[in-house]
Amino acid sequence: MTGTLKFVQGNEACVEGALYAGLQFFAGYPITPSTEIAETLASKLPQIGGKFIQMEDEIASMCAIIGASLTGSKSMTATSGPGFSLMQEALGYAIMAEIPCVIANVQRGGPSTGLPTKVAQGDVMQARWGTHGDHAIVVLTASNNQDVFNITIEAFNVAETYRTPVILLFDEVVAHMRERLTVPEKNEIPLVERLQTSVKEGVDYHPYLPREDGRLPMSDFGGVHRYNVTGLYHDMWGFPTATPAIVDGLIHHLTDKIRNNVHVITKFKEYYLEDSSTVLISYGSAARSALHHVLNRRKRGENIGLIELQTLWPFHGELIREKCKNARLIVVVEMNLGQLYRQVKMAVDRPERVFLANRVDGVFITPTDIKNMLRLIQGRGV
Amino acid sequence: MERCRLVFSGSGGQGVITAAIILAESAVIYEGLVAVQSQSYGPEARGGATRSDIIISESEIFFPKVTQPNVLVCLTQEAYNKFYTIPRPGGILITDSHYVETWKKVDSRQIELPLYQSVIKEIGKPIVLNIAMLGAVIKITHLVKPESIMKTLETRINPEFLSMNQTALELGMNLAEDYAMEWIGGH
Repeated sequence: MTGTLKFVQGNEACVEGALYAGLQFFAGYPITPSTEIAETLASKLPQIGGKFIQMEDEIASMCAIIGASLTGSKSMTATSGPGFSLMQEALGYAIMAEIPCVIANVQRGGPSTGLPTKVAQGDVMQARWGTHGDHAIVVLTASNNQDVFNITIEAFNVAETYRTPVILLFDEVVAHMRERLTVPEKNEIPLVERLQTSVKEGVDYHPYLPREDGRLPMSDFGGVHRYNVTGLYHDMWGFPTATPAIVDGLIHHLTDKIRNNVHVITKFKEYYLEDSSTVLISYGSAARSALHHVLNRRKRGENIGLIELQTLWPFHGELIREKCKNARLIVVVEMNLGQLYRQVKMAVDRPERVFLANRVDGVFITPTDIKNMLRLIQGRGV
Repeated sequence: MERCRLVFSGSGGQGVITAAIILAESAVIYEGLVAVQSQSYGPEARGGATRSDIIISESEIFFPKVTQPNVLVCLTQEAYNKFYTIPRPGGILITDSHYVETWKKVDSRQIELPLYQSVIKEIGKPIVLNIAMLGAVIKITHLVKPESIMKTLETRINPEFLSMNQTALELGMNLAEDYAMEWIGGH
């Protein structure tokens, strides 16, 4: 790949990806271990004519990026668990009002203020179900700088394509670790720009009237069209309604637009699945240790492979079932008490094959941890 | 060199993390190598025994932390007491003779260097102690060329401090002259 070679932290790789994707507006409140995202953007965004605002808290941050996005700017915020909790209400609003935006949650140990400087992956379910009511959400993750860069661009693309908030679920290890990043030349990675309405000024614009392909063209708020935006169930004008048929149509529209595209949205990497009797499933920084272990054991002739998920939600259960169909043992490697593990168990045939290899003490799971847990699972002792 | 794992330790403010970043960045940007650098974050990074892990390799690095370093550097007694046992057998333990009194025999090769004293004597300012340490490390290990370190420093620091850093780098290299190894690292 041609481009500019850099040596940066994961948080900076996220910033580079966001800028490449065309980020114009950031509002946030600094919190470890995500602070470098805000810090770097505070210096870089103004240089390209973008806006950076440090808000009074995370509630305001989330609301600010929703407003900015509605006016036509690609927008994001960044936070960690405690701040992500505060963002849940407005996140639901963005889902309901169908406003594209990107939220980076660099996970640390929880619950509550938990372990500010230590690694964890405990927000997988919060990202899925943190806001109330039935809804769909897109949650992406990555395990190295180049992937953090690419997946951040993907987050903006998905947000614009489906008019939805997208969550980047990183973790402390990937965020703070420094490694190389190649920032490609402009136009090397395709970007999805805002789908603008072709309705002219003075002509009625229906903000929530889908085109035939289901997409909703937007009109920059404060521009030539006047329209209503609400968190209430709404009609094609954007005005509140409780008409059962409209309510029913909207909730299915909101969930189907993501669920029906799970095969398009899902990104993953696979290693040595062809002949693997043991399949590890992991994501984020834990996938680095899992891959390290897989390569070690491969050298010793073991039939072991890895699926690294980059899209956590929507969860592509069919894909996991298919990829694991010949495995004798499926082991989910994650740094929580089994949040993705339960999802995998529900997805595969013969769920008794599925085990959890985890660590929840704030210490990064090592290849040796995984090796020892696998030996116990296999009944071989440590 | 297939893969070399290093741990730099000292107390917050000595610049061990900065030195680690400069070393890893030089390897990646100017030598075409693969490198990963990470560091301790919590309160310990702001006073107590701080630590930074670096892996430099010719191939991809997945697990980014160092459990058994080929090279351990300790710039304070506290760091030495905490970490002296971790080098892998046959590795190198570099300490500063002003700050650290070595008191245990370990399976690694111990190299005590008067880095602090020389920096104070020759330069007069302790702020470049970390760069002198880096000079010693690259002299002993040949991980990266001194020119690569200088190129990285040029992008990071005020030009008026460059010559002081260059002097410190050379000072460290000269102090480590007798300890230069042919090969370091492992598979």
